[in-house]
Amino acid sequence: MKFMVIVKANKDSEAGVMPSQELLTAMGNFNEELVKAGVMLAGEGLQPSSKGARVKFSGDKRTVVDGPFAETKELVAGFWLWQVRSKEEAIEWVKRCPNPMEGESEIEIRQIFEAEDFGAEFTPELREQEERLRAQMAAKQ
Amino acid sequence: MTATDTHRAIDAVWRIESAKLIAGLARMVRDVGLAEDLAQDALVAALERWPESGIPDKPGAWLMATAKHRAIDRLRRNKLLERKHEELGYEIDTQQESAVADLEATLDDPIGDDLLRLVFIACHPILSTEARVALTLRLLGGLTTEEIARAFLVPEATVAQRIVRAKRTLTEAHIPFEVPRGPELAARLSSVLEVIYLIFNEGYSATAGDDWVRPALCEDALRQGRILAELAPREPEVHALVALMEIQASRFGARTGPSGEPILLLDQNRARWDQLLIRRGLAALARAEKLGGAMGPYAYQAAIAACHARARTAAETDWERIAALYAALARLTPSPIVELNRAVALGMAFGPAAGLEIVDQLTAEPSLKEYHLLPSVRGDLLAKLGRYDEARVENERAASLTRNARERELLLERAAACARDSRDQASNENPRLFSSGSNTSSPNT
Repeated sequence: MKFMVIVKANKDSEAGVMPSQELLTAMGNFNEELVKAGVMLAGEGLQPSSKGARVKFSGDKRTVVDGPFAETKELVAGFWLWQVRSKEEAIEWVKRCPNPMEGESEIEIRQIFEAEDFGAEFTPELREQEERLRAQMAAKQ
Repeated sequence: MTATDTHRAIDAVWRIESAKLIAGLARMVRDVGLAEDLAQDALVAALERWPESGIPDKPGAWLMATAKHRAIDRLRRNKLLERKHEELGYEIDTQQESAVADLEATLDDPIGDDLLRLVFIACHPILSTEARVALTLRLLGGLTTEEIARAFLVPEATVAQRIVRAKRTLTEAHIPFEVPRGPELAARLSSVLEVIYLIFNEGYSATAGDDWVRPALCEDALRQGRILAELAPREPEVHALVALMEIQASRFGARTGPSGEPILLLDQNRARWDQLLIRRGLAALARAEKLGGAMGPYAYQAAIAACHARARTAAETDWERIAALYAALARLTPSPIVELNRAVALGMAFGPAAGLEIVDQLTAEPSLKEYHLLPSVRGDLLAKLGRYDEARVENERAASLTRNARERELLLERAAACARDSRDQASNENPRLFSSGSNTSSPNT
């Protein structure tokens, strides 16, 4: 099963303060360990939200809001995609991660949906719709 | 944390640490079977203590320290200490004081080599294939006997016995705990790759169902492949096997329809292919090629899989290249199945007559006598050539040979369609040469 492991932002990451050399090294080692264990599929760090934007939806209306965004601790500063056997395994790996920020920080673990997870609720019609959506997304790539 | 939570967490720790633990212990006691027993003892101790004490900060080091103490106890009890004293006792006695610090170093540093040794010993040719598979999943994948049994749909006692026997065989034969060198390496490595791919295929060939274990088996095999690629980064065939598995795994979501029926490669919705896995597969193949390994058996198979992965639609498939790759693969590892695949590719690239020529030669092949895909492919090619009566007979024959009910239905439908086309042909004398029916007969799903 796959998980997205999300590193939450803090004041420093939002201010664009680069991590210390020490933290970069520790994080590099951790990433290496993940790769050696065959766990890590992908991972990226994100730029501060001041360089991003949001598109808000209200019915048919779309409004673009430029960053930065206020609720710092809810923002995403980086993520990994991992393939592991259980949520507990993902937790064990996260516990081995160096603190990704100076001081307080948080990492969130979320399981990625796979078609099987929808079970009976995922009717043929819904599946077909999802397939169409995916086809459209692929066509736009 | 409830007791169940702790047990689950211990399972997870075990999955992460067990291979390293067994590998490190095996180097010390020079006996994989004993190393595994010691690791299991440490696990039992953890299961007794951690629910109360909580999981230690460095669970791997804790398990290793516990296992080492068990090793001393056991060796004393078995009076093996004297015999093993020089090789083992000294090492342990001198290390005991600063045990944890040293153990961390043991766990961190040469562990890659130990793990690689463990991979080779678990896949040692002295063992039967079943034993290699079971031992690999157990020693390297950290799976329990029960999990292995469920994955392979055999009784737990059978797996347990396979593992016990395999460990005994290794001990009795005094198989050294080392990475093979020189000319032996290639043969031993190919045994390792074979075991990993076998595990992958066991999961891959299972149709989607309620049993989550079997798809998980593919993930386990992929994981072992990725680990091996890190342990032996200069071996092109390791990267090639990883590439093959990544690309095949990318099709998981597209391989079955809403009610679990298999969907063959050319009919799959390619938008459902996992692009991340495809990218990883193509990158692994590029690494294999860069290491000069473009012409290995797994590299050819991965290159074929990559041809399909690169084609945005089934119609864009580069069949000429696929046919050439099958030809190269057939020269390297001759097999009637590879030839049959080549025939399909040739038929797609140069027209059905080109494919039929090869298939007709294969009809005399004894090993394909009961193989339903041979008449199925032949029927498809004949139908495309407008030879509907012969095509119907072949499809009916294929239907009688397949053990899969859904496939049988499909083949009988095709036989019926051939019968209809035959009647139409007789009435208007207008054969539909090169009909564009979906190519359901392709064995390369």
